[in-house]
Amino acid sequence: MTTFGVVRFPGSCDEVDALQAARRVGDAKLLWHKDRDLHGVDAVIVPGGFSYGDYLRVGAIARFSPVMESVAEFARAGGLVLGICNGFQVLCEAGLLPGALLPNLERRFICRQLGIEVVTDRTAWTAACEPGEVLSIPVKHTSGRYYVPEDQLPDVNVVFRYANDGNPNGSTNDIAGVANAEGNVVGLMPHPEHAVDALTGSTDGLRLFESAVRERVPA
Amino acid sequence: MSASPPSAALPTAEDALALGLTRAEYDLIVGKLGRPPNQVELAMFSLLWSEHCAYKHSKKLLRTLPTEGPRVVMGPGENAGAVDVGDGLAIAFKVESHNHPSAVEPFQGAATGVGGILRDVFAIGARPIAVLDSLRFGEPSSPRSRYLLDGAVSGIGHYGNSIGVPTVGGEVYFEGPYEQNCLVNAMALGLAEASRLIRSAAAGVGNVLVLFGASTGRDGIGGASVLASAEFGEADEDKRPSVQVGDPFEEKKLLECSLELLDRGLLVSLQDLGAAGLTSSASEMASKGGVGVEVDVARVPLREPDLEPFEVMVSESQERMLCVVEPERVAEVLAVCERWDVHGTAIGTVTDTGRVVVRDGDRVAGDMPVAALVDDCPLYDLDPVRPTQPLYPAPRRTLDPGAGPRETLLALLASPNLASRLPLFQQYDWIVQSRTVRRPAEADAAVLRLPNGRAVATSIDGNGRKVACDPYNGTVWNVLECASNLACAGAEPLGTTNNLNFGNPEKPHVAWQLTEAVRGLGDACRALDAPIVGGNVSLYNEAADGPIYPTPVVGMVGEVPDPARAGRLGFAREGDAVGVAGPFRPHLPGSEVAKLRGEPLPDGLPAADVAAVRAAQEAIRDAVRAGELSSAHDVAEGGLLVAVAECCLAGDVGAVLELGEAAAPSVERDRLLFGESPGGFVVSGPGDALRRLGERVELDVLGRVGGDALDVTVGGERVAVALADLREAHGALAPLFP
Repeated sequence: MTTFGVVRFPGSCDEVDALQAARRVGDAKLLWHKDRDLHGVDAVIVPGGFSYGDYLRVGAIARFSPVMESVAEFARAGGLVLGICNGFQVLCEAGLLPGALLPNLERRFICRQLGIEVVTDRTAWTAACEPGEVLSIPVKHTSGRYYVPEDQLPDVNVVFRYANDGNPNGSTNDIAGVANAEGNVVGLMPHPEHAVDALTGSTDGLRLFESAVRERVPA
Repeated sequence: MSASPPSAALPTAEDALALGLTRAEYDLIVGKLGRPPNQVELAMFSLLWSEHCAYKHSKKLLRTLPTEGPRVVMGPGENAGAVDVGDGLAIAFKVESHNHPSAVEPFQGAATGVGGILRDVFAIGARPIAVLDSLRFGEPSSPRSRYLLDGAVSGIGHYGNSIGVPTVGGEVYFEGPYEQNCLVNAMALGLAEASRLIRSAAAGVGNVLVLFGASTGRDGIGGASVLASAEFGEADEDKRPSVQVGDPFEEKKLLECSLELLDRGLLVSLQDLGAAGLTSSASEMASKGGVGVEVDVARVPLREPDLEPFEVMVSESQERMLCVVEPERVAEVLAVCERWDVHGTAIGTVTDTGRVVVRDGDRVAGDMPVAALVDDCPLYDLDPVRPTQPLYPAPRRTLDPGAGPRETLLALLASPNLASRLPLFQQYDWIVQSRTVRRPAEADAAVLRLPNGRAVATSIDGNGRKVACDPYNGTVWNVLECASNLACAGAEPLGTTNNLNFGNPEKPHVAWQLTEAVRGLGDACRALDAPIVGGNVSLYNEAADGPIYPTPVVGMVGEVPDPARAGRLGFAREGDAVGVAGPFRPHLPGSEVAKLRGEPLPDGLPAADVAAVRAAQEAIRDAVRAGELSSAHDVAEGGLLVAVAECCLAGDVGAVLELGEAAAPSVERDRLLFGESPGGFVVSGPGDALRRLGERVELDVLGRVGGDALDVTVGGERVAVALADLREAHGALAPLFP
């Protein structure tokens, strides 16, 4: 069974939600920010929230935490890593994903259920999706405007786009999520862990977790 | 033992007056101490004997409220109340105001209001699972109101979003009398195992007081007395330094740290530091436990050097908790604090002296009997007199009284009190913690699922204009409205919290408003078996141009057995029958349409038939729980036609309705379409389901769900408004948040 590790920073908010979502498809445990040991997990989720208060710049402090040193090593060795919202910001700050997340164009927190188009199924976290399908997943953030310099844009491995003209934050090219070139590290602003139960809105987010499990099944 | 005075001379009676005490109260303090108080003691007395802490003008009234019921686990007097939600689980909840700070600095005022109510909930060992807020501002045409609204909404979002507690509901009204004195009330719910709720009474002589959380600075000094217990004057800008500054990250760590300390069974008792800071926390813990405490201000970690002992004792720096710990467990407590990067410091001990002793190292800086501080503040009788003249000016006319139904409907939907709240709500995280089964604007009450497979519904309500028309009946209407919202979600009320926002109670007409409103609150909660488990009082909400509308805000928590069947407000299925159910007796005076027409407030509202409304609520609740109805929505501000329009908008589908054959005269037509009363519900569902509901409660079938317009024929006159037009009108608040 796949074991997910969910990082808990001081100021994480969605770590328990991510833990519960992962447990729908596998096993899951919390990873403490001061602990370098990843405890043998098969996949790491860097969750949403406001790590260390996000006072300097979103994700800027968390990337220096002891656990992130191990997560970076794990990612570079091909380990599966998913960054959600603040986790996406942390992965960008850590240089594991290209680009940066800037304040929303309207400079307000925005919480909304949205359609997210899957651009590629060739990542560890979208293998169970169909390219072009639209997932109903909520966003909630103040700094979610994806940005990369124009000359680097063609090299970005785009995984998700805001669908139906629903770009909520002014992200470049409607980009909602990206992967590294290898596809083992994915980050996105929408919250798939909050779309795993029809009772609370949608089950579309489960596909990301199912993808990670499928990826683990030996060929 | 007598306290040696600080280096400065003893304060005088005049200093006491400046701190908000009366001369008689000062004399009483001198009598209790047997000597004049020193600076530290006077500062502490002035806060604990302020209205905010002592409830000296409201306590006698509050004693008349019903507080007991089979589901009450913790009643008034603790940091929050709690009700039993089955399987050993309890929901703790409470509403509190942060009105005056928000009127001075809306962002921090509202943010720390949320922070304060969250601490109240986790102080009794419950994990906060939801926030609701109740806001009042002047008309949005005023730049000041827009500034306060924007700041308060941002502040609530900033704190709630950052700490990982969803904001799942709330309400906002815009009325002239709140122009200078806005209201920011925040309510929080927390989840706990009932057996693990913890009280705040200090116990165990020799046990250690541990202060943990943020360090102590000069912010908020005198907040309780200076800000919360006096009318607003011209010099309020000068009070800005009295407004506390919040840090949600610090509170998030404090929350997790507190819950871990409780989980490990390390604490004897726990109390948050709110108004009056260490003074009220330490004194009230001692009072509840019947013990004494000794606190050394020299051991309190400071944010800035050179704080005077009195400043340490009264500072309202946010994000701090005080706990009582057995000596052998102190090291373990401090280790948990360290794990969460939270400052923890032993600052004192529990004693058997019955006194609060403040030390500054070796020096005794203050020494007072606990009883004198906490229990002996004089309570005052109110002198209520029903006013003979109208207290409030007529609202400014914004709609021609001769306007037809279509124009009136669109004006109502676009009016600030009725327009869609989505532009506010989408600035709040209502998702985090994965419990939110019904989101804002999906149902009349928010619905949160629980680990036992059941759910709770919660709503907060309080139309101040109705209470201004009739303090007794208006308050009854508010309580009924809140319970009706719960019924539409399929919930039965378990308990109530309230925040009484009123003007200066020393004025006879305000005293009358307060007295009558509390009588209505008690009667209605008794009639609904929805006991009051906690609450707050905020008085002196008035400016030079008069008092606010009297605003008793009512919050309820109810039980939903099956979250999958929680009710929705939007029409859901083409072809469903639409009906209006319940003892709906529409009344125009005091309504929203009367406000738009600039009509003066009436002197009195009709008494509600509370038993009949309760019976209707039960019938609606049962039908929702049985999955019989596609939608249920209570008829509130704006009346029947607005309620139906809201059902259309929420379901994105029209309706074809025929109502009121005999409604020929336009006054009668307007009363039917736009009149307001408690006890009316718009329901939709299969015809059979409505027929069955009609066997329990009066019900008129009005028509069917379908089409892309609200198409109503009334007294032979047809009014058809396209959904798109309804939606455009309803979106009127969006431009307030560019």
